[in-house]
Order: sequence, then C-alpha cells, then structure tokens
Amino acid sequence: MDLELSPEERQKLQELKSELQSFKRERGQLIPILQWIQERLSFLPSQALESVAEYLQIAYAEVFGVATFYNQFRFHPPGRNPIRVCLGTACHVKGADIILENFERKLGIREGETTPDREFSIERVACVGCCALAPVTLMGETVHGYMAPSKVEGLITRVAIEKEVRERERKKGAHV
Amino acid sequence: MYEALKKEALKRKRAFEEDPRPIIQIGMATCGIAAGALETRAAFQQVLAERQIPARIRTVGCMGHCYAEPVVIIDHGASGFPPILYPEVNSGKAAMLAKLFLENGDPRLEHILGATKENDMIPSVMEFPRFNREKRLVMEKCGHIDPEDIYDYIAGGGYAAFAKTLERPGDTLIDEIQQSGLRGRGGAGFPTGLKWELARQSQGKEKIVICNADEGDPGAYMDRMLLESNPHQVLEGMLICAHAVGAGRGIVYVRAEYPLAVKTLEKALHQAKEARLLGNGILGTSFDFHIDIFEGSGAFVCGEETALIHSIEGYRGMPRQRPPYPTESGLFGKPTVINNVKTLATVPAILEHGAQWFRGIGTKNSPGTAIFSIVGDVTHPGLVEIPMGVTLRTLIFDICGGIPNKKGFKAVQIGGPSGGCLSEAFLDTPIDFDTLAEAGAMMGSGGMVVMNEDTCMVDVARYFLDFTQKESCGKCTFCRIGTHHLLAALEQLTEGKGESVDVNFLQRLSEDIRAGSLCGLGKTAPNPVLTSLKYFANDYQAHMKEKRCPAMACRPLVAFYIDLEKCARGCDVCEGCCPVDAVFTTPNRKKGIDQSLCVKCGECMTACPPEYKAVMKVSPPHLAPVIERPPQAARKGK
Repeated sequence: MDLELSPEERQKLQELKSELQSFKRERGQLIPILQWIQERLSFLPSQALESVAEYLQIAYAEVFGVATFYNQFRFHPPGRNPIRVCLGTACHVKGADIILENFERKLGIREGETTPDREFSIERVACVGCCALAPVTLMGETVHGYMAPSKVEGLITRVAIEKEVRERERKKGAHV
Repeated sequence: MYEALKKEALKRKRAFEEDPRPIIQIGMATCGIAAGALETRAAFQQVLAERQIPARIRTVGCMGHCYAEPVVIIDHGASGFPPILYPEVNSGKAAMLAKLFLENGDPRLEHILGATKENDMIPSVMEFPRFNREKRLVMEKCGHIDPEDIYDYIAGGGYAAFAKTLERPGDTLIDEIQQSGLRGRGGAGFPTGLKWELARQSQGKEKIVICNADEGDPGAYMDRMLLESNPHQVLEGMLICAHAVGAGRGIVYVRAEYPLAVKTLEKALHQAKEARLLGNGILGTSFDFHIDIFEGSGAFVCGEETALIHSIEGYRGMPRQRPPYPTESGLFGKPTVINNVKTLATVPAILEHGAQWFRGIGTKNSPGTAIFSIVGDVTHPGLVEIPMGVTLRTLIFDICGGIPNKKGFKAVQIGGPSGGCLSEAFLDTPIDFDTLAEAGAMMGSGGMVVMNEDTCMVDVARYFLDFTQKESCGKCTFCRIGTHHLLAALEQLTEGKGESVDVNFLQRLSEDIRAGSLCGLGKTAPNPVLTSLKYFANDYQAHMKEKRCPAMACRPLVAFYIDLEKCARGCDVCEGCCPVDAVFTTPNRKKGIDQSLCVKCGECMTACPPEYKAVMKVSPPHLAPVIERPPQAARKGK
C-alpha cells in the first residue's frame, strides 16, 4: 500500500491533520471524512487512514475495513486521464468487456492500475446511467458513447497528440 | 403563508410568459449532458450573441427520451408556430436552428420530432405511442420545469398537497395512503401506509425519514433522473411523510456517483429553507423538519434498509436480522421510515387527488404507475412511466419501438441483478408486483434490459452473478461462497469447459443460496440463473454438450474467419482495423485471420464492406477453416 508520494501530496497530508478538526469527532463522520480526503488527494494513502483512525479514536483496521468495503474509495492515485469503462448491463450486452480488454492491451496495465508515468488509469464502473449510449467509457469527466475497439486507439492517441501540442507550444513560448 | 409563495410563483411565471422573446428549452440532466447538451447550449449562446438574436435559454431536467438526447424545445410564438421539439440537437444543428428558425422563422421541418401542443400546422408529439401510451404521474413535470427554481415547481401546483396536509392530523394522512394501496417502489412492494403506521405508533422519540436514492442497479437511473429533474417533488413527499409519522429529521441517501443529483438537491434544499418550507416553524406552523444529504459510497447492498443505516452510522454496509424493523429501531436506534425516491415522489399526487383516484390507475393489487428504464436492444430506449398492468409487449414493441436492425426478440431482463430473464412467452403478461414475482423476476428498481437474438443467456446469467458476487457483503456464508461456486460453474460453461457442470447442481446451489441468505441481495442473487435455466434450457445444453454458443456471444466459443470466395482482392479494411494484427494477406492478395492472435472483438466483421460481407463467425470454433499465414506476411508488431 505504501507508495512514493509526491512532495505536494505529502504537504497536503500534513495539512489534513489539522483540517480534520472541522469534522465532529463521531463515528457517523467516518465516511464523509474519507470522501473529503479522497476529493482532496484523489486517493486514500495509508497515512491518511492512520490520521483518521487517530482522530476518531478507532482502530486503523476499522477505518481500513470501511474504506475497502465501498467501491468509491481508491488506494492508488488515478492517472491524469482516468479511464472508466462502464460494465453495466446494457454496456455488457453490447460488448463492454471487449472495450475494457482493448484499453488494457493498449496501455499494458490491468483494470484498477495506473500507468507508470501516471498518465492513464483504468477502472471499471457498474453503471454510469447513460445506458442509451452503450457501450460507454468515461475519460476524465467526458462521456464517450458508442465505443468500439478502434475508438480506443483514437482516444489514447488523441491524448498523446494533445500532450505533444502543449509541449511544442510551451517550447515556442520559451523561445519568444 | 403558502398563498404568498404561490402568488409570487405565479407572478414570476406570468412575467416569464409575457416576455415576447422566444424560449429555447434544453434538457440538461446527466444523460443530456453525456449526449452533448453542454456543447448545444454553448452553440446557441454563441450564435445568439453573434447575431444579437433576442432569445432566452432555459435549462430543464430530463424528459426520459434518452434516444433523442440532446432534446431542445423551441417556443417561438412570433413565428406563428407552436412550441416544437427537436431531437438530437448537436452544436451544428443548434447554430442552424438559431439562424434559420429564430432569425428567419423557418422551423426546418425535416429536423423536428413534433409540436408539444395540439395545433393545426404540425403533428403533435402526442400522436406517437412513445408519448401518448405513457401515463405520467411521477414524472409529469420532469423536463418541463427548471429543477433549480423552486417557484417553477410551486407555480405548477407544487407543495400545494403538503400545505393542505399541514392542516390535517397525521393519522388521517396515513389512512389516505393506506386506502390508496401505494406499495414501495424500491422493489419489494411493501405497503407504504403500513410502514408509516408502524413508525407513527412507535414509542421512540426523534423519528427519522430517510429517502433511499442509493440506486445501485446497473441499468436503472430513474431515481437519478427524478432528483435531477424535479427534486422538490421528492422533498415534498418527505415533508408529508415526516408530518404523518411525526419526524423531525430527514436524510437523503444518494449515491456519490451522481454528482449532478447531489448538486441539484443541495440547491433545492437551500431554496426550500429560504421559502420556509424546511427548518423550524414550517409555513408559520409549529412543524419543524430538517433534511441532510448523505452521499453513499457505492455498495449495491446499501439499498437494503438495515445496511443503509449501518452505512450512515459509519460502518461497513452490512444488513442485520429483522425484527426489530427500522420503524421500531433504525438509525442510531431511533424509529426510521425508509422510502424509495419514487415512492416519496408519488405521495404528493395521491394527497392532491385522493386515494380513490390513485386506485383507479393500475391494477387492483398494484395501483398506480411504474417507471421503467428500458435499455438494450430497443429502438427508443429511455425512461417510461406506465400504469401497472400494461403488458410487456405493449411496453417493448408499441411504446419503445421494438427491436432495431430487424433482429428477433430473445429475452427481457427485469429488476436488475435481483431480477430474472423472461422469454417471449411472457410478452403478454401484464406487469405488476405479483405477476412478475410469479414469473420468477421482480419489479426491483425498474431496470429493464431488452435483449435480441444475439444475446447468450448463459453469459447474461454469468454477468449478473459476477456482479452480485462482487457486491456480496460477505456476512452470510451461502451468499459469499455459494455465489462464488455458482459463478465458477457458469464461467466454465461460457469458456467451453463445462463438461462436468450439471444442471441439477446449478439448480440446487441456487436454491440453497436463496434459503441461506439474510437479505434481499442473497435471496435474489440466483434469480437470473434460475429463470434462465427455466426458460432458456437449450442455451445451457448447447454450452454443456456441444461447447457451442447458439447466440455466438461467448467469445471462447466462437471463431472468426474470412470467406475467401467473398473476400475482395486488395481491400485492406479488416487488416487496418484489427487491434492485434491478427489479419494478414494471403499470396493471392486475400485476407486470413490468425486464430492464435485473434481476440474475437468483431471489428473486422463490422468493418468489412456490406457488398462483400466476407467475415464469418462460427461456433464452436473448430468449424473455422484454417488459412495458413504465409511467412512473408509476418506480423508487423505494433
């Protein structure tokens, strides 16, 4: 569970301890606290769970148990372009597992993982509620409907191209 | 005090209507946004600003017509046309409509779906079965009012039922609900009036009302749609319930995966507080009621009421033995009424029109309407509200336009992972709580997935079991381990290793899981297996004995090959689209598929031009003719 944290993340973890004070010290606040941490850090590092356990005065195992029970909580940092493949019923019937497999193959990671450069991560979700557009994939917050294996490559290439364009613009800016 | 609110609301409405500028109404719920409603709105705004067209943009919720998103209604009175509904308005169409219709008065009739009012010029949408066969009671205002404006809701008669009930004693309200025969819309169909009665009689102090919006079923999204399109109707239902049972605190338990619903709800709560419809001394009476939002963190089992309570208390969402029922001892040990979003949204209408009126809709034992989210292989998917007792055939073929692409109907899966798969024989069954339960399915949350002949029922059963197995909380052994074994057996079948799987084993294990589980999740988890075993036994037999998937959907049991007779020389479409470079060129410039590399995604079959249709799919896989890969066509390696 222990990951290399960026200095920025470590800084946020430090701040977290004092900011926890804004929550009432009661068990009912556990899930709202975890949600709040995930919103700030985008995942739940074990150090954060420790601070929560200390603050609420419950065992670390209790906090860990609750956090792992719910689907919302992540223990790995998501990529800059988190990919969420919908595997709801309608999407399944229209071949969502093929889409998931394609992403896994193209990026060389499994679902629930992040690429080493932290650019992409793959997750499966039960249903995004856009069943009429099945099969559906979310990239960041954008919903991509009517997915096909050939669209998978397009999406990934687009991110790479956009990154390259940004790099070039930046370099150009530096020259001027 | 309510009169003052109503007066203000009507004043605002009149001012809005008297403004001569045309109105552009855009559906902006999650599904609309997913289909591109944000771009549509931006395009309208841009063109209106550039050309200085005086028009107003109004954002509303969702009408439930998912197939037509983004939906736009343009009311341009000065042009002489009635309000017109346009389907699938992307940004290009938006710009065109703004220029041609708003500026020049040409409504571009080739793009319309229909007028939203009866008139002599344009056919009304009410002539389509998708509109006129529905009976909208809960969803009546969805997609017509601005969910972020409380006055819009009040102007249409909102909160009137609640204001009236405030003058009545709580027990007469419960009588009325009991007489109406309203049953809980969360799935099990428990009589709502009885639940309220139990809570009212409960001795405990500080009663709580919880609105259950933990919609976890894959394929069902009507709760989200209600909260996003008309949150005040749900709040009004909660207020009435609180007044009836004597509660002072309310909680809306909504999935954190529904950010827009949470946002809309927060806004609605704020506005209701300002209008003194929530808080202390509601509408100048001595009635106090406070509502908080709790964001559920995504666990299917939390739809079960005791699990939901544990989750709010900060524990793992595991159900417990009942009794005591939550109405006796619920959240933090206090008497708690937990009702589904749809149940609460039905309540205001019942109190407004009376129990007898409600009884007149639907069937004897299941009065009222049901909302289904119909998805999968239908022409017009979306949310449909119909009176109970309508047949599946009417629903699927008349209202939703039947199966597209000239395919045949195979099955309909009702009630999500807890429901069952019904075959063609049930198409003429009227839908209500009891008939569905008899057939082995259940109303559940109202998710309905229509499947065409290309769907394998063994694979569908495996899919649902995979879901319930992952979502099982682990408390009961039969649910935790039983579903694991059942899933393993189904996986063997879909992978062609099912020689040792026996139908009796599946049947027996399913029944044991049902008997040995505490909550609804375990009790209903084997339903997809049991119903598909019963109605689609042939599918199972083919997988077991012949290792063949009749629907050609289980990938390990199919193979693709290219018919060399049909393949055109020199067309490279399939080779270009193959994600794994399994397609190669033979010495006579035709194509072949390397079976060792093929992942069976079917892209080549989709890509092959219709005049050739050279890609074939067979099951079992050994039927595919072998075409050797010549050494010069070595893999390029991507």
